[in-house]
Amino acid sequence: MDTSRNKYPVRLLQPLLATLLFCVVASAEAPNSCLDCHSVLDPPLQVTADQFSQDIHAQKGLTCASCHGGDPSKEDQDAMSKGAGFRGKIERKDIPALCGRCHSDSAYMRQYNPSLRTDQFAQYLTSVHGKLRAKGDDKVAVCTDCHGVHDLRPASDTRSKVNPLNVAQTCARCHADAAYMKGYSIPTDQFAAYSASVHHEALTVREDLSAPTCTTCHGNHGAAPPGVSTVQNVCSTCHVFQAQLFESSPHKVPFEAASLPGCVTCHSNHRIAHPSDAMLGTGPQSVCTNCHTAGDPGYQAATQIAQQLERLDASMKGSAEILDRAEAAGMEVSDAQLEQDQARDSLTKSRVAIHSFNPARVQQDVQAGLQSAAKTYREGGAALAERDYRRKGLALSLLAIVAVVIGLRLCIRQIESRRS
Amino acid sequence: MLTSVRNWLDERFDWAALTAPLRKKTVPVHQLSYWYFLGGITLFLFGIQVGTGILLLLYYRPSANEAFESVQYIMTRVQFGWLVRSIHSWAANLMIFTAVCHMFSVLFLRAYRKPRELTWVSGMILLFLAMGFGFSGYLLPWNTLAFFATKVGTEIAGQVPIIGRPLMVFLRGGEEVTGATLTRFFGFHVAVLPGITTLLVLLHLALIQRFGISVPPHVESQWKAHPDESREMHFLPNFLLRELMAWYIALGVLGALAALSPWGLGTKADPFAPAPAGIKPEWYFMFMFQTLKLIPAKIWRLDGEVVGILLFGVAGVIWSLLPFLERDGKGRSRRWILGAGIFALAYMASMTVYGYVAK
Repeated sequence: MDTSRNKYPVRLLQPLLATLLFCVVASAEAPNSCLDCHSVLDPPLQVTADQFSQDIHAQKGLTCASCHGGDPSKEDQDAMSKGAGFRGKIERKDIPALCGRCHSDSAYMRQYNPSLRTDQFAQYLTSVHGKLRAKGDDKVAVCTDCHGVHDLRPASDTRSKVNPLNVAQTCARCHADAAYMKGYSIPTDQFAAYSASVHHEALTVREDLSAPTCTTCHGNHGAAPPGVSTVQNVCSTCHVFQAQLFESSPHKVPFEAASLPGCVTCHSNHRIAHPSDAMLGTGPQSVCTNCHTAGDPGYQAATQIAQQLERLDASMKGSAEILDRAEAAGMEVSDAQLEQDQARDSLTKSRVAIHSFNPARVQQDVQAGLQSAAKTYREGGAALAERDYRRKGLALSLLAIVAVVIGLRLCIRQIESRRS
Repeated sequence: MLTSVRNWLDERFDWAALTAPLRKKTVPVHQLSYWYFLGGITLFLFGIQVGTGILLLLYYRPSANEAFESVQYIMTRVQFGWLVRSIHSWAANLMIFTAVCHMFSVLFLRAYRKPRELTWVSGMILLFLAMGFGFSGYLLPWNTLAFFATKVGTEIAGQVPIIGRPLMVFLRGGEEVTGATLTRFFGFHVAVLPGITTLLVLLHLALIQRFGISVPPHVESQWKAHPDESREMHFLPNFLLRELMAWYIALGVLGALAALSPWGLGTKADPFAPAPAGIKPEWYFMFMFQTLKLIPAKIWRLDGEVVGILLFGVAGVIWSLLPFLERDGKGRSRRWILGAGIFALAYMASMTVYGYVAK
């Protein structure tokens, strides 16, 4: 049976069907008259489709109308009519409440991210920013100042302004600007100081995302400076043992009486340098001598603790040196090197224990370190003795080999002279 | 005492008749005779490898969890374990060095020529086997360098067209270098390779015994012209005693290397750690490794590395069959082979040095 005639009309219909399908699919994408105009406007009114597509809200299906009202499906002024609920540009003072409308609604937020907190707005109201904002200060930070607007990304995105790696720069935009901060009577060198700190190094050089940035100590939405009496609580969220030792140390009561901020008194706040043993004792870099003078018990304790650490450090250097020599001679000293790690651990523990400001307490860890260092020193010495033993053995063996070679040579000569 | 033992053996096994070929065997004496010692020294070092290898087997454990620790135990706790392991490692390298020197001495003295073609071929296979020993043994301590060198080495083997991938999977015992690779390499190192090598060494020695020691052509023609100038010595005892002297000297060198520079252990291999920078193979693979590094990524439409591997493969086959390429009495082919030998030696030496100097 010839079927070609039956197929012909179907072939004709194929392009028509494809065109129809394309039209249906194209019309399924909702029109956005906002972007049609705002993508070609000049900044600050410009919002491009590419920019908005990066925004987490756009990715979750929210549109311009979700914040600004109006009807993006209509053209021109109809889209921005009061009848369509158009709110226009959101005033700065209204931004926190507008964001809070969704972000404080746990039932609403649960559908996007069940683990996301919904207390940001409540926290903001308790922050220095929020309080000043409530008093009508229009310069203080609102949500969009830190999070951005129209290309807002989640904090886990390294391009986000609130990603841990970028938070300090985001805060510094206002807090390092002396002109902008004029009138607030707070310093503007925090970012410069923080940039020179051990925390900044850990975060940016070692890329340790758990290292503290501004929000770690000050809070984010509820940002405020930690009080003098509570600063050690902030530090103790990471430096647990130091804080525990400090709590029972002889410094605790006098610091409180003198209104000295715990950890900050010795370590500073933003410019927290890498701590060194030189901060102890009575040397030129000592922080103990800021308060203690020669003869007082604290001065004596500082001297004693510095000497304990110096002794352990010297002992470890001695054992490291002998192990290095043994290793350079090809001796297998990995067990001793493992023991040396224990001495290093004890030194670290001792450096933590100094926050007890009690020489007897520090001595416990120093003693353990000294024992490990002495053990590794003995093992290093034994390895060098073994090296010498091997060399003596080699010398004797070579003498024996030379004697045998000479003997063989004489034997050959004797055999050949006999034959000839 | 010695005489009575000899008489006892003679009565039962006709010892005198058994050792007659050796007693009749002679070694030519001329200004280049010292090159004859290289083969014997290589054999001696192979014997050292067998002896020390058996001692290492008493403590070594071929699994990813225990290999490193067992070698560490040998180096630190076992009486003279450090000496046995260091001698095993140093002797392995010296054996390959003396085998390469032996190969080039045979080439330049033209000892491969008729009727000794098969002696050359068996010697070349033994050299390749020695390199196989080196490659498989290198992984056994399961340290970082060995792990990544094996990874790179087996990856290169995987580049061979058609058979490359199955070969790599076979060598690794899977897609990656794991404990299965270690166990496999251990099997190659202590069973497969020693078995084949022993048979080939016996064949090589039998062929040498059958055809005698080669005299360099120019010495041979000189002796033909002046028969009174020809010199030779008995293998037993004259040459053997001299060989013994060479063995003792080799033993002294080995002892000195082991005592003054014990073979290192490194750190235990961590398959999840990134490869350390500047990873390099053993020195005898360096000229190939460096060449593959220098070859452009693409040569015409072909992958540069594949071209390099194929070239080395073809060169290895041609080199092994070199005696068959020299036609009798044709000076041109002799000069070609001599030129190729000088080129190969210069290329291998310069590429090896370059490989160690280059970052």
